[in-house]
Amino acid sequence: MSTPLSKNSREESLLNLPLAELLRQSPLAGEFFPTMGLPLPPETMSPSAYFAILDGELLEDLALARESLAEQFTDYLSLLSTLQKGRDASRLESITIQGGHDKSNRQEEFSLTIRPGEIVSLVGPTGSGKSRFLADIEWLAQGDTPTGRSVLIDGVPPEPGLRFAIDRKLVAQLSQNMNFVMDLSVEEFITMHAESRMMEDIPAITRSIIALANELAGERFSPETPVTSLSGGQSRALMIADTSCLSNSPIVLIDEIENAGIDRKRAVRTLVDKRKIVLMATHDPILALMGERRLVFKNGGIAAIITTSDKERANLKLFEEMDAKLGAVRNALRNGERIEDFR
Amino acid sequence: MRVVTLAGPPSSGKSAVTIKAIASLKQKGVTVGVVKFDSLSTQDQLLYEKQGVAVTTGLSGNLCPDHFFVSNVEESLAWGVENGFDLLVIESAGLCNRCAPHIQGVLAICVIDNLSGVNTPKKIGPMLKMADIVVITKGDIVSQAEREVFAHRVRQVNTNATILNVNGLTGQGGDELGRLLQGAPETTSVAGKLLRFSLPAALCSYCLGQRRIGTDFQMGNVKKMAFS
Repeated sequence: MSTPLSKNSREESLLNLPLAELLRQSPLAGEFFPTMGLPLPPETMSPSAYFAILDGELLEDLALARESLAEQFTDYLSLLSTLQKGRDASRLESITIQGGHDKSNRQEEFSLTIRPGEIVSLVGPTGSGKSRFLADIEWLAQGDTPTGRSVLIDGVPPEPGLRFAIDRKLVAQLSQNMNFVMDLSVEEFITMHAESRMMEDIPAITRSIIALANELAGERFSPETPVTSLSGGQSRALMIADTSCLSNSPIVLIDEIENAGIDRKRAVRTLVDKRKIVLMATHDPILALMGERRLVFKNGGIAAIITTSDKERANLKLFEEMDAKLGAVRNALRNGERIEDFR
Repeated sequence: MRVVTLAGPPSSGKSAVTIKAIASLKQKGVTVGVVKFDSLSTQDQLLYEKQGVAVTTGLSGNLCPDHFFVSNVEESLAWGVENGFDLLVIESAGLCNRCAPHIQGVLAICVIDNLSGVNTPKKIGPMLKMADIVVITKGDIVSQAEREVFAHRVRQVNTNATILNVNGLTGQGGDELGRLLQGAPETTSVAGKLLRFSLPAALCSYCLGQRRIGTDFQMGNVKKMAFS
């Protein structure tokens, strides 16, 4: 059962180090024990010696098999180093989606290349194929999904292992009906996420994410606020700040940002500034026109790719004025004023 | 016939994701049978029938559900072979989190949901830790950060599994799960094969129907808690 020594020799040698020395070399390795429900070994004892003397009854209670512990431990160490290496390695230069066919087998005639920092809008009614398009990207389709599309990373077919590399997931999704199910403060919540990403200066990164989220959200919140009591806009702002700073995924899908309580344009800009590829499913003209291109979905396929024209961009100014006007009416309503004098 | 064991806590979405995966396999002409193990009652038989999937349900009643499962798994395969299925899915709930129906040489899947909280992966035993594929469900209702933390915690306790997000409602990921199911090894009999991990020890007086509480009435395999 043991892995070949050549492949994992570093991990195997750590197995025989006394705990104190092991933690000096690999500070996060100690997490293995509580993760498995085990107490920490004594400082002077190596994991392999510890596994040999662990009480059989305890192992049975924890549903652990003594003979596989060493392997689980070295696998865990390999995972740690993969995660640490992968932290910055998820950069990509471009992603290319090659057309397949729609639900009626009509061929899609396109090859779409998107680069970090670009915004692409997705438009079309529910059920028109937007989710399938994202799934094709996430699954790195190679002509083997229902749409027959193919995805290239940096111009070439991706290595097969990338498909299941959950720590290198390509797409982060900021969906509309998102909830927090954890009972934690904002600060604890972001800290926990940063820890799972093996970040170095966790307090600093947590502070900067909360500050950024506060800039995006209309109403301020403190690090001590429970995540479950954030408003919709605040939650959105927090998740956008969090995703832009902590998510490893190079592509971010945003599913319609609601109007209230968040600086929508700035939020999208934040992601773009962090060199994310932003895909935005939206029918909000102000957001949709931020995209260089928009994909029109029909019947499970991409029916057209529209490049935003200068004329449309000129209209953006007008739409923004209209939006500001409506925003003012909304505010007046909120403040208990009459809304008779808006022209 | 390809065989998979699929297990997960109650209401984690086992049947929902199985149905989505089967729907995708059906389009490719794959015939699938399901054996559903549960303890007291289940509505899933109807769910599967509605989708036109051949299904047999086994209720363990007053027996330990996992022991009941092991006693009937061989017959489940025989039923599958008899019906000429290409794929047999054996679905059961991991009711005490300590048990696992996973069998050596049979593709093992664990289904858990994001809503169960980020500490759950640590609390689930061999059902999760010894699975080949971990399906995470209900990703659409939690935040992106929670999804990432949850997947990371699953990865911590099972470093080698293939982790897949499947949405049991929209079916996103169902096609991919179907593809993975088709990679299950061919098996026609499990007689003589080994469970991947022993089931929890039992057989105390309460296993035998004792109802009265008190040390005097406890016999057999009894363990006492430590109170400090």
